[in-house]
Amino acid sequence: MDDVSEQSPAPRPPRTAADDEAFKKELVPLIPHLRAFARTLCGDPASADDLAQDAMMKAWDARASFQMGTNMKAWTFMILRNQFYSEKRRSWRQSQLDQEAAERTLVAVDDPEAPVALDELRQGLAMLPPEQREALILVGAGGFAYEEAAEICDCAVGTVKSRVSRARRALHAILDDGAYDRDGRSAGDAMQSILADAERLSTVR
Amino acid sequence: MIEPMPSQDPRKAAAALDEARLRQQAIGVRLRQLFDEVVNEDVPDEFLEILKRGDERAAGSE
Repeated sequence: MDDVSEQSPAPRPPRTAADDEAFKKELVPLIPHLRAFARTLCGDPASADDLAQDAMMKAWDARASFQMGTNMKAWTFMILRNQFYSEKRRSWRQSQLDQEAAERTLVAVDDPEAPVALDELRQGLAMLPPEQREALILVGAGGFAYEEAAEICDCAVGTVKSRVSRARRALHAILDDGAYDRDGRSAGDAMQSILADAERLSTVR
Repeated sequence: MIEPMPSQDPRKAAAALDEARLRQQAIGVRLRQLFDEVVNEDVPDEFLEILKRGDERAAGSE
């Protein structure tokens, strides 16, 4: 869009252009995180980006209700998650398709040189119940405290804790017995390769 | 019948515990890596377009 016409200030007495600018300045660095969270919900990168963009628009439209200085990351994640589930409710059939796409995409790796273990972790994650996967991602990868994850998922802190621990156990078991769908690999290979990679990483660090 | 776990060697038990912890840590490291993979991707232009359009809407009628 090259035609950015500067018009007279908006008739929005309480909200200034500086407020919008401050809001935007905080929102922009969150975009990569919103994309990553959307990817874990949708799987399919294209619909994940659609979801993240919708969430961004929603966040922008609701900017007046955001209290600057509070946790914008948690706020936008909550918007994104609500958006995801309301779309899902709107079209259950579509969500079934999304789920299949998610599982396919979680299996697909763009980078052919990506370590095998990541591929297997993707598949393991795809096998978890959605609420467990979500909790584990928020706490284990998104850097949220249990309390924040509980707020994002609109549930009790204890519920998040138990979902995370169940997810960890299940993932561990899936990777350990190679219960994920991958033909021709023997049990425990995934865990072995994850451990090997982790060891390598820890020696590098 | 299932044989009871031979729980004789406390050193072995400690090692098993360490291994379990190591495994959980390994999964944690991987999980963050999986997430960060996407975080580190370049953000498609459309995302910034949305904010640009948002500015226009804010500046325009709405």
